[in-house]
Amino acid sequence: MKEWPLWEIFIRSQHGLAHRHVGSLHAPDAGMAIKNARDVYTRRNEGVSIWAVRSADIVASAPGDREALFEPANSKVYRHPTFFPMPDEVKHL
Amino acid sequence: MKHDEALFQYLLRLGDSPLILAQRLGERVGHGPVLEEDIAQTNVGLDLLGQARLWLAYAGEVEAGFAAAGRDEDQLAFLRDAGEFRNLLLVEQPNGNFADTTARQFLFDAWHLRLLRALAGSTDARIAGIAAKGAKEAAYHAERSGDWVIRLGDGTDESRAKMQAAIDDLWMYTGEMFAPDATELALVEAGIAADVRALAAPWRQHVDAVLAEATLKAPGETFMQQGGRRGVHTEHLGRLLAEMQVLQRAYPGARW
Repeated sequence: MKEWPLWEIFIRSQHGLAHRHVGSLHAPDAGMAIKNARDVYTRRNEGVSIWAVRSADIVASAPGDREALFEPANSKVYRHPTFFPMPDEVKHL
Repeated sequence: MKHDEALFQYLLRLGDSPLILAQRLGERVGHGPVLEEDIAQTNVGLDLLGQARLWLAYAGEVEAGFAAAGRDEDQLAFLRDAGEFRNLLLVEQPNGNFADTTARQFLFDAWHLRLLRALAGSTDARIAGIAAKGAKEAAYHAERSGDWVIRLGDGTDESRAKMQAAIDDLWMYTGEMFAPDATELALVEAGIAADVRALAAPWRQHVDAVLAEATLKAPGETFMQQGGRRGVHTEHLGRLLAEMQVLQRAYPGARW
């Protein structure tokens, strides 16, 4: 079991449009990953569809790159649509 | 045997096998080889326990029709002795190693699924309803246990040897799954019970296909143990019941 790879599990809920990440688990292969996800994450009727992705296949941004990737956006307040006067009659915006 | 008595006996057979197997799987709580498998096995156990409750509750109602009083599902589960249990010998066999647990589950699931599908066409609406509900669960059980047989058989040399040994050891308990007695045949005649003889060929096909994919060999002709339907059990059932029933035996009527 030590060599069982880790899988990231995504579930689409009854009313959800997109699959959401719900957690991870170990399984020997893709088929068992789906079955394990069924037993671990959909016991209480949580979903109608399961995706399993090998954790190793997920490409993630490096924490060390945080400054370069995300900080430049901090000083660009003009990218937020907050400078338009809104008529009072328009609700739910 | 009067009709109600025969039906009662038949319902005990339907309920006792999932009940005893659920208890066996319950022994695995916290002992699964990995967390995921621990949850999966006990999920299967809970499915089977749920089915057993429905069968035994119905059995108790039928019993009230010919006996002084019908027993409820708890009385039937916790206050009968080994000789009164009607489960298959297969399901009372000990958990052993993971291959033993898996082989027992697979040989049972492949039969149970077909039994429930056949019973979904019973002329007894209550039986048909319980069976139709259970068949969906059993389909998943069979797929899952079959997958494990394939992975362990077509796995390492060690897992393959253990899986083959497990299949060989349990094979002699598979014969009684397809051997009805007079009580059962009378109910088959009435359209109430399923004719298990008709399940033998499809079961064998299913098992052979999985064993072939698992690179395992089906055991040859062998002596088949029988007795579950008559209450003649292996030595293992008594100890299983001692643990399962201890609370109700020590504190009769205890509730929580």
